[in-house]
Amino acid sequence: MSTLIERPLSGPSGSPAPARPTPLSRLKPKLETLPTLAAVVIFIGMIVYGEIAYGRIVQFSTVSNLLINNSYLIILAVGLTFVILTGGVDLSVGAVIAISSLVGVMLANQGWNPIAVVVLMILIGSAFGLASGILIQFFNVQPFIATLAMMFLARGLAAMLSTTPERLADDSPIRSLSTEWKVIDGPKINDLVITPTVLIAAVVVIVAFVVLHRTRLGRTVYAIGGSEQSALLMGLPVVRTKLLIYVISGTLAGLAAVVYTSKLGIAQNITGVGWELDAIAAVIIGGTLLTGGAGFVLGSVVGALVLGLMNVLITRDGSIPPEATTIITGGILLVFVLLQRLVVSRKRKT
Amino acid sequence: MAATEPIVEMSDISIEFPGVKALQHVDFRLFPGEVHTLMGENGAGKSTLIKALTGVYKIDGGSIRVAGAPRSFSGTADAQSAGISTVYQEVNLCDNLTIGENVMLGHEVRGHFGINWAKTHSAAHDALVGLGLGHLDTKQPLSSISLALQQLVAISRAMVTKSKVLILDEPTSSLDANEVEGLFAVMRRLRDQGVAILFVSHFLDQVYAISDRLTVLRNGEFVGEYRTSELDRSQLISKMIGKDFGALAALGSNRGRTVDADEPAFYSATDLGRKGSIDPVDIQVHRGEVVGLAGLLGSGRTELGRLMYGADRPDTGEVTIGGTTVEVHSPTAGLAKKIAFSTENRRDEGIIGDLTVRENLIVAVQARRGWARPLSRREQNELCEKYLVSLNVRPADPELPIKNLSGGNQQKVLLGRWLATQPELIILDEPTRGIDIGAKAEIQEAIATLAEEGMSVVFISSELEEVVRLSERIVVLKDHRKIGEIVNGPEITAETIVDLIATEGTTP
Repeated sequence: MSTLIERPLSGPSGSPAPARPTPLSRLKPKLETLPTLAAVVIFIGMIVYGEIAYGRIVQFSTVSNLLINNSYLIILAVGLTFVILTGGVDLSVGAVIAISSLVGVMLANQGWNPIAVVVLMILIGSAFGLASGILIQFFNVQPFIATLAMMFLARGLAAMLSTTPERLADDSPIRSLSTEWKVIDGPKINDLVITPTVLIAAVVVIVAFVVLHRTRLGRTVYAIGGSEQSALLMGLPVVRTKLLIYVISGTLAGLAAVVYTSKLGIAQNITGVGWELDAIAAVIIGGTLLTGGAGFVLGSVVGALVLGLMNVLITRDGSIPPEATTIITGGILLVFVLLQRLVVSRKRKT
Repeated sequence: MAATEPIVEMSDISIEFPGVKALQHVDFRLFPGEVHTLMGENGAGKSTLIKALTGVYKIDGGSIRVAGAPRSFSGTADAQSAGISTVYQEVNLCDNLTIGENVMLGHEVRGHFGINWAKTHSAAHDALVGLGLGHLDTKQPLSSISLALQQLVAISRAMVTKSKVLILDEPTSSLDANEVEGLFAVMRRLRDQGVAILFVSHFLDQVYAISDRLTVLRNGEFVGEYRTSELDRSQLISKMIGKDFGALAALGSNRGRTVDADEPAFYSATDLGRKGSIDPVDIQVHRGEVVGLAGLLGSGRTELGRLMYGADRPDTGEVTIGGTTVEVHSPTAGLAKKIAFSTENRRDEGIIGDLTVRENLIVAVQARRGWARPLSRREQNELCEKYLVSLNVRPADPELPIKNLSGGNQQKVLLGRWLATQPELIILDEPTRGIDIGAKAEIQEAIATLAEEGMSVVFISSELEEVVRLSERIVVLKDHRKIGEIVNGPEITAETIVDLIATEGTTP
């Protein structure tokens, strides 16, 4: 026995046991965090560039608008982080927002209790997520196809309800979720403002972070993304977890519908077209591997903010046609995917 | 050493798959504090028995008792919660996570705020120390350590769950001698703690080094349970491959031809080898000669064949073909040098099930010609006509999807595929595995005829009698090394090879 301890069969060189890493080496970025760090660097770079080129970026009102306008995207991106971490995808979230917000607005206008309306809107999302999960887990449908089917279903149902914009009454309590609270009163209109929706998004992010990093559910999500087969053989609850992550994604889509509806006060059957792709882009830019197993929910938040800030900068610039936004998004996305390929190929070599 | 009451007792186990009796009336007992090896050739039912125990397969007959109580598990997870952990040949861990996370996955230590990572890592460290692996840093990624260590990390998972039974299904197949020694040290340590270990390995030396008892299976049937100390190697081998040589003795042609050994060999390799796959080997094949590669599964038979064809890139050695030095580093190069290789893995690497017999037959010829010069339909039909008749493929309908043919006839089409490229050296890896006796005889005859016509043949088979019957010379392999070369003659039998494998010294 003692021979084994003295002569560890470690590694190619058979060198003595590696010393425990010093605190300093712990600080060195791990390979997995590299894409997320890159997202942070790009985000800071964009802020610096914007401040120099256009001015008035580093100020309270811009920060407030960035958070308020993108809280729904952050919530969607958090949901998709769970899904993509397992190696899956959820294409239905944009359409779920359409049906959920339409149902919500129409029922609120009929005089339903606003709390009941909000709960129902969220549950609609959960139901679509559950349906996707069941299709994927028990009928062996690929996540892409299952959630695509749910996307068409949700979009179709929304169109059957109404094809014209439905206005939420201005005095509806649901709109109070977007009440602007002045936190810091700056000069002129430069105030730090937050809304309950921003707080909702923040709570979602914190809860998701805790779930992913400090619960067995979260560890199972990472394990499934690493190798579903291994996770199964290690006796982890793979079936339950995979079902649950689609429910989480759907539920958060329902919540995003609440947030978005409260902000805009209008619901339409074409609301949210392509948002699932924005959310996926945010997750990828934030450093989550599309193949699953590696990524951070905070990265997805940064990813969503990168997309939001890009829109701000393009608006400020004025010379870039808005149509070019998607091209720039695509370009950034491409850079990040290439960066990930690099990381993955490096990992293979080690 | 062994306690009186078995922790696992499987009696009269039978499992049937459609058309196959995978296990018939198999008994198996495992006692606390012993290493018990399950022996048998490929397809003997070792994996099936393990999967029956862990509930992956439902048993059709018999009973399973664990710690005295009848049990039936719904799967790996269920078995694990009852204290039966399995470690597979392929490391089943998540290499995107750290060592500690892998050890504790599903059993993390939880505190008030979810998982307490400090305690979780220290528990992982304790589990690793228990296996003498205290030098591993649990916070390093799993991918930073060698496969051998990963295998041990997988075993340490079993310790976290306080498993009473540990199943090790061919854990050593990708480890080198030192690493195996480390694994064995861990196994002995666990055995002394009273853990019952079920071990599967194809390496005889390892089996004799570690096991207390053996259970031998053959063709899904129970052969016997023995104390390792009371069964010597040649007895074990003959129990594994069976004594019924007679059934096939009438088949094929025992040609007794000899090849002029003074004539320079058509194919000659010196020091041909590849790290981790086979130690450097010298091998010559003359024109018109059948050279058999004999050895147990995992001895390096297939690996040598693949190196000769160029399917794997050799990293040592020199090859001459027809007197000139050549490099055969890819299948394309192999084909260009008129070497053909028929794989042992007929279903996955050989046939293309949904294509027709004709398409399967012409694919290698077409690949050689390149896509720019397609074979005309007339040429295709001529090829089909020629080989379907000469190899007696039934039904001789070139337009049938090949998956509808029996295994034996699929194998004939595959043989035809390579013959159509008009090779000068053909390497046949297990061409008769899993096919019925009639087709077997026909393929053996075809091989003999090819050699008569001047083709060089390398014949790989796990059936030693078949190798003896067909080959002029037999290269014997063991544990990825060449341990001898036998010139065939009337006095040579399968027993000769078995003795050679059994008596050959242990691995260095």
